[in-house]
Amino acid sequence: MVESKYMPLDGANAVSQAMRQINPDVVAAYPITPQTAVVQNFSQYVADGLVDTEFVPVESEHAAMSACVGASAAGARVMTATAANGLALMWEMLYIASGMRLPIVLTVVNRALSSPLNIHCDHSDSMGARDSGWLQLYAETGQEAYDNTIKAIRIAEHPDILLPVMSCQDGFITGHGVERVGILPDEAVQEFVGTYHPKYSLLDTDHPVTMGAWDFTDYYFEHKRQQTEAMNNALPIVKQIFREYEELSGRPQSIVDMWGMDDADYAIIVLASTAGTTRTVAREWRARGIKVGVIKPRVYRPFPAQEIIEAIKNCKAVAVLDRAISFGTPLGAGPLFTDITSALYNEGITGLPVVDYIYGLGGRDTVPPMIESVYQDLQEIAATGERGALVRYLGLRE
Amino acid sequence: MATKEAPRLDLPWKEANPGGIVLDAGNSVTYITGTWRTLRPVRDLEQCTQCLICWIVCPDAAITVKDGKVVGFDYDHCKGCGICAQQCPVNVKKPHAITGEMGKVIQMVPEADFQK
Repeated sequence: MVESKYMPLDGANAVSQAMRQINPDVVAAYPITPQTAVVQNFSQYVADGLVDTEFVPVESEHAAMSACVGASAAGARVMTATAANGLALMWEMLYIASGMRLPIVLTVVNRALSSPLNIHCDHSDSMGARDSGWLQLYAETGQEAYDNTIKAIRIAEHPDILLPVMSCQDGFITGHGVERVGILPDEAVQEFVGTYHPKYSLLDTDHPVTMGAWDFTDYYFEHKRQQTEAMNNALPIVKQIFREYEELSGRPQSIVDMWGMDDADYAIIVLASTAGTTRTVAREWRARGIKVGVIKPRVYRPFPAQEIIEAIKNCKAVAVLDRAISFGTPLGAGPLFTDITSALYNEGITGLPVVDYIYGLGGRDTVPPMIESVYQDLQEIAATGERGALVRYLGLRE
Repeated sequence: MATKEAPRLDLPWKEANPGGIVLDAGNSVTYITGTWRTLRPVRDLEQCTQCLICWIVCPDAAITVKDGKVVGFDYDHCKGCGICAQQCPVNVKKPHAITGEMGKVIQMVPEADFQK
């Protein structure tokens, strides 16, 4: 283990620091709130000569991801960052990056998608990209955003994965919120990420290759099968890399963070910053002797179904908090809920009442009394045996 | 035409190159795209003036040229787009050697006519 140096940093700056330490070969990016600070700070490091990175200020996010794809195909270690509509504009290239098996690392500072126009946090941007073949990590704090950025490099470039990674944190809430962030020594990060040795490179003229070429009815299917295999087998490798990082940093790095889940009757499953609010409430309720728990997946793609199912299967009632709507799913549930309930069904667990709470859309504050109301609902569901509404709304004016 | 060995088109998914990467430079010549063609360009070589405009405009490099002269079509790769026939500037002075019609030196004939 090495000592971290603690600094007051906002989550965006924490990611910039990680990028400085990683010293990627190429960063191509376009500014968008609330991501701007990530690349703005990083471009300062480029200007100050603190990194060797080729910084490409492009004309759009589509161009940003296109430049990243080209640079990654050339064999470079590549990073970028975006949010909301910027991520939406990258859409075409997201699939090209994952389909070409390029280990690009993208920081998303989550923000609501227009329209109506809103710059504040929800997960509708990255949740829409959950089927794009990118791994997804979600950070509760600026510290986790920093840690995840470093781990993401190793995960993406692992020869048995070779898929791009999206490292997400909540816009403004952690992105602009200053907190105490432990920064590893530069050398420790550089040693941890190591040197990227791509198997193929477009610049290797002694071994010329073609990437992203025509792939017709005769092979496209096989290539997609390989891609899903890489994703399906990624979780044990991700766990191993998390473990290594835990040993290095001394900070716990489970892929699914469990609080009070050993004997919890009532569990809330929630991604990113609201997990902190939830844990605050859970501590108070535990002190009153009520067996509540909190589950916070740090990895969302690939989905850690086994870990979550194992933790909740003996609960009396479970609530999922979704900061995005998957429009058109039964009753308009959120993506986390549909993933969890389908995993439960696949495991043959059908008697456990699980309800979904859509919360925090467009940055709506999610405060402790709202979380308390969820635990109260769960107690009532368990007491009455009536599940009630499947999809509910937290913090919505009725 | 194709001097390279064609890549196998029957490999199981575990043996395919990840991401569809092509390791063998220039092997697209082995990929036969001429089967997509519904109209086949035919040339009256005797009345052709060898202006080479068809060679310039062909998007698939399917006009075969030898010693600076057009000798025919690469039907393994001609998709039958008809640009050569459209752009051919020379009208025949006697009926076309293959179609028997007046018109251009390069004319388009339905592939089905050759199956008869």
